Amino acid sequence: MSETEAFAGGALQIAARVRSGELSARAVTEAALEEIAASEPLLHCFNTITAELALAGADAVDAKVLAGEDPGPLAGVPIALKDNLCTKGVPTTCSSRILQGWRPPYDATVVARLSAAGAVSVGKTNLDEFAMGSSTETSATGPTRNPWDPSRVPGGSSGGSAAAVAAGLVPLALGSDTGGSIRQPAALCGVVGLKPTYGLVSRYGLVAFASSLDQIGPFALTLADAAMTLQVIAGHDERDSTSLTHPVADFATELKRGVEGLRVGVVADFLSEASGSCAAAVRQAADALADAGALVREVAIPELLHGLSAYYLIAPAEASSNLARYDGVRYGLRVDGDDVQAMNARTRSAGFGDEVKRRIMLGTYVLSAGYYDAYYAQAQRVRTVILQSFARAYEDCDVLLAPTTPSVAFPIGAKTADPLEMYLSDLFTIPTNLAGHPALSVPFALGEDGLPVGVQVLAPALGEGQMLRAGAALEAVAAPGARGPVRPQLGGPMAGVAK
Amino acid sequence: MNEPLSKDAVAHIARLARLELGEEELSRFAGQLSAVLEHVEAIQKLDTADVLPTSHPFELVNVLRDDERAACLPREAVLAAAPATEGGRFRVPRILGEAP
Repeated sequence: MSETEAFAGGALQIAARVRSGELSARAVTEAALEEIAASEPLLHCFNTITAELALAGADAVDAKVLAGEDPGPLAGVPIALKDNLCTKGVPTTCSSRILQGWRPPYDATVVARLSAAGAVSVGKTNLDEFAMGSSTETSATGPTRNPWDPSRVPGGSSGGSAAAVAAGLVPLALGSDTGGSIRQPAALCGVVGLKPTYGLVSRYGLVAFASSLDQIGPFALTLADAAMTLQVIAGHDERDSTSLTHPVADFATELKRGVEGLRVGVVADFLSEASGSCAAAVRQAADALADAGALVREVAIPELLHGLSAYYLIAPAEASSNLARYDGVRYGLRVDGDDVQAMNARTRSAGFGDEVKRRIMLGTYVLSAGYYDAYYAQAQRVRTVILQSFARAYEDCDVLLAPTTPSVAFPIGAKTADPLEMYLSDLFTIPTNLAGHPALSVPFALGEDGLPVGVQVLAPALGEGQMLRAGAALEAVAAPGARGPVRPQLGGPMAGVAK
Repeated sequence: MNEPLSKDAVAHIARLARLELGEEELSRFAGQLSAVLEHVEAIQKLDTADVLPTSHPFELVNVLRDDERAACLPREAVLAAAPATEGGRFRVPRILGEAP
């Protein structure tokens, strides 16, 4: 069976056909594995492909269907996992030399939940090293390429997951979002990317970057697929002490509720900072929501523009502490030295790449005596200011509308020499993480050079329902050809070239 | 505006962070980190005198459970990932200085 036939209709359709016995999970998995192998030399979405495990998992799903047991809501759906999610016995590298070859002794909670729901993991996707980056170029295994134009970045840090879904290699993938690492690559690759409320999804087994900001979420071609994936992975987990205990909404129901009467605020402060096509897409999206019955107005929240500076103090501070664990003692790389301190330093210097070193040093500096108050404590106070300014905006709005990114996908190498320029890619996504709120990027338009443009829907804590309602209305009127799958080829934009 | 970071300052931070950096890295990181610090310094001008810091998006509460035995990861599975082990423990180089 061709991969196109097997994947028709997306994840929910695959699951329905596998559950009815019309399609075997094995056939779907084989199609995905074939497509992944063929794409790898050009795109490099994957660090590890787990073909044998995937086929065994698919066979187990097929056996359940034959036996008349419930194979789960994602039965037989191939899924790719960002390589910072722990997978028992399967290498988990964070695209870093320091974890090369490490095989975790346990599964992340999200991995176990997806497997219990019948999803079939096909491999581990490439990322910026330890999720630090906005282009997947800081990966120790080399960059992932954007399937719309392989000379460009897919965004990051979850670039492998976004590109794999955009190229139609898998209908679903998981990423993690600390400052935009799901939404930004989703926008640059023309797919849906969803960052849930902090604590809605367990972080157990997610390799920590900045613990007060990190959150796991799905990539998909459609909102319905993303919503179902979130339904499967959301919910309390006693192994994550920051996991929320609130009941989880029924996201499929929310998706169908429409936007009649929904109060939408367009974040005016972001529009002037975005490129022509990224700002224009937000204005079109606002008009479309108004046409569908939403109450749309512009809101001024200038405080959000300070989020970037606060983030690049808070996230490196947390990272410098979290990454202290890579010391050559318990797992990963060790480079020997005469004493334990020399061994630590030699291991870390050989194991970490430049961007990780920069962030560890930035974090170490802003936490050090004499600088703590001026940098770190001030950033934490600005975090409060951002939370308060969001709270004021949400007194009159149910959701906010904003660009996801300042521009379309940029060429590989364009920003690697200037870290600050790279950091500015996250300007519109970061405030959400500082506040712990959910946000979504919906593929909405085609911009400069025929590349995809995402529109971002932001909502207050646990506002996934209203966020999905607005997202569904945007998906319904998005430009044809603005989302994947695209057939990647060398030598130019693949805009609108659907399979 | 604060002073740009010197190479010596970067070397000191690197020591605190247990990183060994070469001359080329020290110069490059000094420039790049100074540029980032210059950008983020904008928030130092914001008046936050009456604002309390936020360390976490939601109020954190202690998570307690009954003090009952539960399964943990098998020792051999954990040690299997270590670079060096001895007698069921992690093996590391010398920690203390030579005996006098």
